[in-house]
Amino acid sequence: MPETPTIPDSPATAPLLRLSGLEQVFDTKRGKVPAVSGVDLKVEAGKVLCLVGESGCGKTTTARAAAGLTRPTGGSVEYLGHDIHRMGAAEWQEYREAVQYIHQDPYASLNPVRTVLSSLTAGLRKHKKVKGRHEARQAAARLLEQVELTPAESYLDKYPHQLSGGQRQRVAVARALAMNPKLLIADESTSMLDVSIRVSLLNTLGGLRDDLGVGFMFITHDLAVAKYFAWDGEIAVMYLGKVVEHGPTPQVINDPQHPYTKALIAAVCEPDPRLARSKKTIPLRSAEIPSLTALPSGCTFHPRCPLAESGDCDTTPPTLAPLDERRRLACHVVARDHVAAQAGTG
Amino acid sequence: MTVNAAPETTALPRQGTLSIIWQGLTRNKSGFAGAVIVLLILGLAYIGPFLIDRHNPSDGAKVWQAPSAEHLLGTNLQGKDTLIKVILGGAEPLWVGILAALIAVGVAVVVGSVAGYFRGKVDTVALQLTDITLTIPGIVLMLVLTTMYRSISATAIAVIIGVTTAPVLVRSIRAQVMSLKEREFVEAARLQNLGAGRIIFTEILPNMGGYIFVNFILAINNAIYALVGMYLLGLLPSTADNWGLMIYESWNSGAFRLPRALPYIAVPLALIILFQIGLVAMSRSLEQALNPRLRER
Repeated sequence: MPETPTIPDSPATAPLLRLSGLEQVFDTKRGKVPAVSGVDLKVEAGKVLCLVGESGCGKTTTARAAAGLTRPTGGSVEYLGHDIHRMGAAEWQEYREAVQYIHQDPYASLNPVRTVLSSLTAGLRKHKKVKGRHEARQAAARLLEQVELTPAESYLDKYPHQLSGGQRQRVAVARALAMNPKLLIADESTSMLDVSIRVSLLNTLGGLRDDLGVGFMFITHDLAVAKYFAWDGEIAVMYLGKVVEHGPTPQVINDPQHPYTKALIAAVCEPDPRLARSKKTIPLRSAEIPSLTALPSGCTFHPRCPLAESGDCDTTPPTLAPLDERRRLACHVVARDHVAAQAGTG
Repeated sequence: MTVNAAPETTALPRQGTLSIIWQGLTRNKSGFAGAVIVLLILGLAYIGPFLIDRHNPSDGAKVWQAPSAEHLLGTNLQGKDTLIKVILGGAEPLWVGILAALIAVGVAVVVGSVAGYFRGKVDTVALQLTDITLTIPGIVLMLVLTTMYRSISATAIAVIIGVTTAPVLVRSIRAQVMSLKEREFVEAARLQNLGAGRIIFTEILPNMGGYIFVNFILAINNAIYALVGMYLLGLLPSTADNWGLMIYESWNSGAFRLPRALPYIAVPLALIILFQIGLVAMSRSLEQALNPRLRER
C-alpha cells in the first residue's frame, strides 16, 4: 500500500517534503501521456534522496512538481505537512524560499543580459533581505565563495557568456542558495558538465549538504553519480512514471532486488577490464521502452523483464510495498520469493 | 579549494546605462556619424529657434528670391525668409514622430508582454483589440478625422499614428514574450518568487531591448513620413511653420520647378531624409550595445 498517512502530520513531525500519490498527465495531440502515475516519496531535512531511471521515466516531471513549478494533475506535494497548492501568500513565500530547484542546463538557466551579481541578488533585493548596493555585493560574494567560485569579486560583474559551463552551474547553485533553502532539487545538474568538473561540483554540493545541512532531491540517470553523492541517503528507482524500488543507497546498489534495478546496475561501465569480463549481466528481453501512451498491462516492466511470469505480471500492476524494514519494492515475483525464503528460514 | 582557473580577462568595470549608450554610439564610424547627424538636426529644430530673430515678415517685393547674402536660402511665395522657416519648422514633425513612436512602442510593450506572459482572457481580449485595429487602414482613418476636424492638433495626430501602428508590434512582442517565458532563466526567476511585474520587465524584456529599440526608431521614421504625407496632401491646417507644410506649399504652387526657389522644398526634404538615415545608422550601432554578447566586440 502507498504510505498515505491517515492522520495529517503535525508540522513538527511532518517531513520537509512529501509527495503523495503524485500524478501528472499531459494532454497531447497523441492522447493523454501519464508521465508520473502515483509517486509516494518523502525527503527529510538534511537528507539526500536520489531519483534514478532512464530518460522519460518521469524523474524530471516529479522533480518539477516537487519544486512547485508545475501543478500535478493528481495527488499532492506537501511542505511540512501543508499542501503547497493550497497555501496563502506568506506560506508560499516560505516554501518558495525553502525549496529551490537547479536546472540541468547552465547555459539556459542564467539570464544572458544580467550580470552574475544581478542574477544572484534579484531575489534578495526583491524580498528586502539586503539593503543597498554594497550589502548586495557582499552577499553575492559570500554566495560565490560558498560554491567555491573564488576570487568572488572577479566573477560578480561578468555576464553568463563570459563563464564556462562549470562556472555557470556554480552560479546557478549560488543563486538557489541565496534563498537560504532547506532543500535543493537538483535536476541532472551535473550531467551537462565534463567529468572532472562534475566531480568537483558534486563535492561542492556534498559540502553544502554536510556544512549547511541542506537536504537534496537529486535527479540523475547516472547510477555512479547517485552512488557517489547519495551513499548516506536513499535511492528511488523510477520506471515509466512509477517508483519500482526505494531504499537506502548501499542496499539498493549492492543488493538490488527489482529486475530493472539489477539491469541498470549491470549497465554501469566497469573501468577494470578483468572485472568487466567477469561481470555477469542479466539480459533484458527487450531494449525498447514502451510508449507512455500505450503502457503494457499489469506490471509495465513485464515485456522487458527477465523474471516475468504469465499470471500476475501481465494482469495486475504491482504496488510499492515494504520488502523489509527500510526497503520498498514493486515486483510480484521478487516479493513472493522473498516471502517464501523468509518462511523457509524462519 | 579553487576549482576553476582564474578568469582570463579582468572583469569589466560596472557600467551604467549612459556609458553603455555612449559606448554604443562611438563603437563604429557609421553609428557615430548617425548620432552626430541626429543631434545636429535636433539642435537645429529645438535650440535653433532661440538663437535667431523669429520675426519673419511677408514682403510682396521679395517673392521666390534666389539665395543671397540677406536671405541665405532665398524667400518663399510671401517673401518670407526660407532659412527662418526651416529652423522654425522642424520642431513639430520631429516631435510628432517621437511622440507617436513612444505611444506605439509603449502600447505594444505593455499590451504585448502582458498578453504573452499571462495568456488566457487578457490575451484573448488583447488579440481581439489588435485585430480590430489592424483592420482599420491608418491613412484612411487619418483622412476622415482630418476632414472632420479641420483644426486637429499635432498631439492628436501623434496619438492616431501611434495607436494605428502599434498592433503589428503588439503581436510580435507577444510572440517573443511567449517564447522567452518558457526559458529556464524565467523559471529560475519564478523560483525566487520575483513576481510577474519584475519577471516581465527585468528578466524578459531586456532580452528584447535591441529589437524594441530598432522598432522605436522605425516607428519614428514611419510617423514622420505619415505626417509629412498628410501635409503634402493638404489635409492638415496650414498655420504653424512646418517642414511638411513647406514641401506642400512648394509643390502646390509649382515653385519646385523654379531653380531659384528650389531650397524651399529641397532643404526640408533633405533634413527629413538625413534625420531618418542618421537614426537608422545610430540604432544599428546602439542595438549591438544593448546586447552584452556583442558589446565587447
